[in-house]
Amino acid sequence: MKREKLRVEPIKDGTVIDHIMSGQALNVLKVLKIKSPSEETVSMAMNVSSREMGKKDIVKVEDRRLGKGELNKIALIATNATINIIEEYAVVEKYRVSVPKFIDGIIRCKNQNCITNRDEDVATRFKVESKDPLSLRCVYCGSRTSSVEFL
Amino acid sequence: MVAIRGTLKGRDVISINDFSREEIDHILKVSDCIEKDLDSKFGLLSGKILSILFFEPSTRTRMSFESAMYKLGGRCINMGPTELTSVKKGETFSDTIKVISKYADVMVLRHPSDGAARYASEISDVPIINGGDGTGQHPTQTLLDLYTIKKESKLEGANIGILGDLKYGRTVHSLVYALSMYGIDMTFISPPNLSLPEEIKEDLDDKKISYEECERIEDVIGDLDVLYVTRIQRERFPDIMEYKKVSGSYKITKDMLEEGGKENLIILHPLPRIGEIDPDVDDTKYARYFLQTKYGVVVRMAILGLMLGGFE
Repeated sequence: MKREKLRVEPIKDGTVIDHIMSGQALNVLKVLKIKSPSEETVSMAMNVSSREMGKKDIVKVEDRRLGKGELNKIALIATNATINIIEEYAVVEKYRVSVPKFIDGIIRCKNQNCITNRDEDVATRFKVESKDPLSLRCVYCGSRTSSVEFL
Repeated sequence: MVAIRGTLKGRDVISINDFSREEIDHILKVSDCIEKDLDSKFGLLSGKILSILFFEPSTRTRMSFESAMYKLGGRCINMGPTELTSVKKGETFSDTIKVISKYADVMVLRHPSDGAARYASEISDVPIINGGDGTGQHPTQTLLDLYTIKKESKLEGANIGILGDLKYGRTVHSLVYALSMYGIDMTFISPPNLSLPEEIKEDLDDKKISYEECERIEDVIGDLDVLYVTRIQRERFPDIMEYKKVSGSYKITKDMLEEGGKENLIILHPLPRIGEIDPDVDDTKYARYFLQTKYGVVVRMAILGLMLGGFE
């Protein structure tokens, strides 16, 4: 219990993303466009024991309150992730992510001839046709996909 | 002509899927009215300009649009071959669209990348007509295909066969979606490696449209009311060896039609043809592909007129 506490030390202000499916923490950072070198203090725990999930990942971003739209993109890879907004060590907002209606700029279109793969000026955009099972359609070329490949 | 008032005014024509069956019927109805009284339509688009941006070769689509615009009293400006434009200097696609959209009232675009027309419609000041985007869609070809089928055969209850390059053929992709709106059962005939993309078949399955697939036209020709033939497009093959394997794998001949075809069978083709329809077929009662190109002008007049407010 003591060791667990050390791994998930509380933060003063910021965003804690909990209940991430084990192994997806790095993808979550990718979705949130948190790259090294980063201005934020980011801590990450992988394969942490969880009563509900068996194993889970956790990401904490200090001194940054991430927006709902931004966080909902996580739902593509971590359906059950929960978001905790922290202020002065207290949880001031808590919610579960949900898949947004459109996904902008983070997923690659599988159609190699799609304008988004041919012209670097054109950012990808997908319409979410079904959340469960996940089904996305490229708004440009119309290709449908259920597997997510991040840019 | 006032069935669906202003249905197309100011709208883009990007994918056939953007239109309801009711809207498509209206375009076909307006086309029919134009065809019956062609001369009276001159001047309806007087003072309007169509800009033509083709990043891929074209004869029929480009000239058909030009003809349609002139017949309505409008004018065309043509970007011409990309080698002679700022595209050659490295101008981005986005900038080209933004600039040219300032010169005209409507723009027709052909581009080798799927989805290019949709993207252009987001950044253009004027409505965009998709004149073919990669292996994606070619909606105005589909509208003229539907018009030809309606005029020369029937849309309701027809048995329609589509032959050739079903994998890369954008005219096929658009047409399949349009026919599915009419609940038409389709037969897809192609070499195995050029069959209709799985994704489109899934869309048909979702709509509960039944279809058959086969490799030999001889096996199904006797069941068809309409046979839509397409060219195997060398330019779409990533691997030229794959093209050579299927090139010349089917040919419609006069004998084949007279021996196996229904009395009222009609043959359509978006053209150009390379060798998939023997020239002997041209003068038979089955051939409609040259008439199809003539109808293309009428249908494009309807589209331009509706988009620019010349018709309602």
